[in-house]
Amino acid sequence: MPEALLSARGIAVQRGGRTILHGADLTLEPGKIVTLIGPNGAGKTTLVRCVLGLIRPDAGVLERRPGLRIGYMPQKLHIDPSLPLTVKRFLTLGGKPRLPLREVVTLTGIEELLGATMSNLSGGETQRVLLARALLRDPNLLVLDEPVQGVDVTGQEALYQLINDIRRQRECGVLLVSHDLHLVMATTDTVICLNQHVCCHGHPDQVTSDPAYQALFGEKAKPLVAPYTHHHDHKHDDHGNIVDLDNTHDHA
Amino acid sequence: MPDFLLYALLSGLGVALVAGPLGALVVWRRMAYFGDTLAHSALLGVTFGLLLNVNLNLAVAVGCLLLALILVALQHNRLLATDTLLGILSHSTLALGLVMVSLFTNSRIDLLGYLFGDILSASAVDVVTVWVISVLVSALLLLLWRPLLAITVHEDLAHVEGVPVTAVRTALMLLMALVIAIAMKVVGVLLITALLIIPAATSRRLTRSPEAMALVASLLGALSVAGGLGASFVWDSPAGPSIVLCATALFALSLLKRADG
Repeated sequence: MPEALLSARGIAVQRGGRTILHGADLTLEPGKIVTLIGPNGAGKTTLVRCVLGLIRPDAGVLERRPGLRIGYMPQKLHIDPSLPLTVKRFLTLGGKPRLPLREVVTLTGIEELLGATMSNLSGGETQRVLLARALLRDPNLLVLDEPVQGVDVTGQEALYQLINDIRRQRECGVLLVSHDLHLVMATTDTVICLNQHVCCHGHPDQVTSDPAYQALFGEKAKPLVAPYTHHHDHKHDDHGNIVDLDNTHDHA
Repeated sequence: MPDFLLYALLSGLGVALVAGPLGALVVWRRMAYFGDTLAHSALLGVTFGLLLNVNLNLAVAVGCLLLALILVALQHNRLLATDTLLGILSHSTLALGLVMVSLFTNSRIDLLGYLFGDILSASAVDVVTVWVISVLVSALLLLLWRPLLAITVHEDLAHVEGVPVTAVRTALMLLMALVIAIAMKVVGVLLITALLIIPAATSRRLTRSPEAMALVASLLGALSVAGGLGASFVWDSPAGPSIVLCATALFALSLLKRADG
């Protein structure tokens, strides 16, 4: 087993006397994709912020491999239209690129966007530009928070494919936050199902048949499921609950 | 050109130089109301400066900084939105400043001059002070330009990429307090924000990069200062408000150009 890029054990975070996260474990390894799923308010973002070093956990141990370089793709980017910023300029705002700009631009397919103004980009274009900025740091760990938000369905598939290619080529670890279970499962090595603590984790096949997972996302626990994961439930309803997810996985 | 007009012009141009890039940052970061609040507290700084007999520029800058720190502390109280807190601080510091001025300084000071600027009474010493601070702040802005842009675009992303976000943000507040201290003489505490945001807003329609926007804003600010002083000289209108109106006229003109980019 290769040396872990980052390992977290027993991470706990409290805010205003309320426990947001407790006893969360996470191990990120080179070339492996770990996907974090869970309902709204499950602490996904909190755990990611701990990994990124943006907040300090109240308890637990977080070890980063020395020299770890994180490429971060935030969930949302709002640039005020009053700021005239081209894509090219945006890409270099992160400091001197460690990889040739042209190479990254070609990989992410944003050649034609370089002269465009950031605030005029579509959702999918913005996501690819954000990914390019993360890659320019030549990261050994990519942290992607809801990377396909605002991207149409075909674009989503392409983006996941791209992420998959990148981790193969560059051997970097990937931490992915997502609620789009269907598309994610095909390429993920480990799924961590979070609901303030780690409910279950493992290979997608294992996790989707885990009772804890079913309780969280299945019919029985509908009131627990946050609004935005709700549409998955509807899909489940059409085809029968968990079978749907298994089918998706088999197709892939 | 009479001496007083030359001094007025030179100190006005000094402020315009730094107001360009700083104003652009204020516009991008939507800090206009924050700037207003800092500026309103400047009057309080003046009163304390007079009472304690210290340099007024210094007193104003320190006063603004203290206010900024109070605001940061209050923001931890999540019950009230930032603009409500800013409104409370902005108007109560202005009111306190007005009360203090009338109670403790025997009305020796020219209140209108502090509220709306007194650029025509600028002295050679004022000119030097303005230029020293203006060049210093401009240099620091230049030095911090990339991190400032990075935190304006996305603070968390900048943090992950190694920008010391809190330090850079605090530095911006400090620089803003310094600029308010010198701009007060030119347009007064009530109109400082105008001098920051109007030229920058005009510049947005004319430029396609952050740096061009900042530089053109400086240029437009300089034009406004010259135009406003000219108008004041010819028609005997108050200088500070004339400068602001000149900036507004340029903004109105820029609306004729179709926005692109």
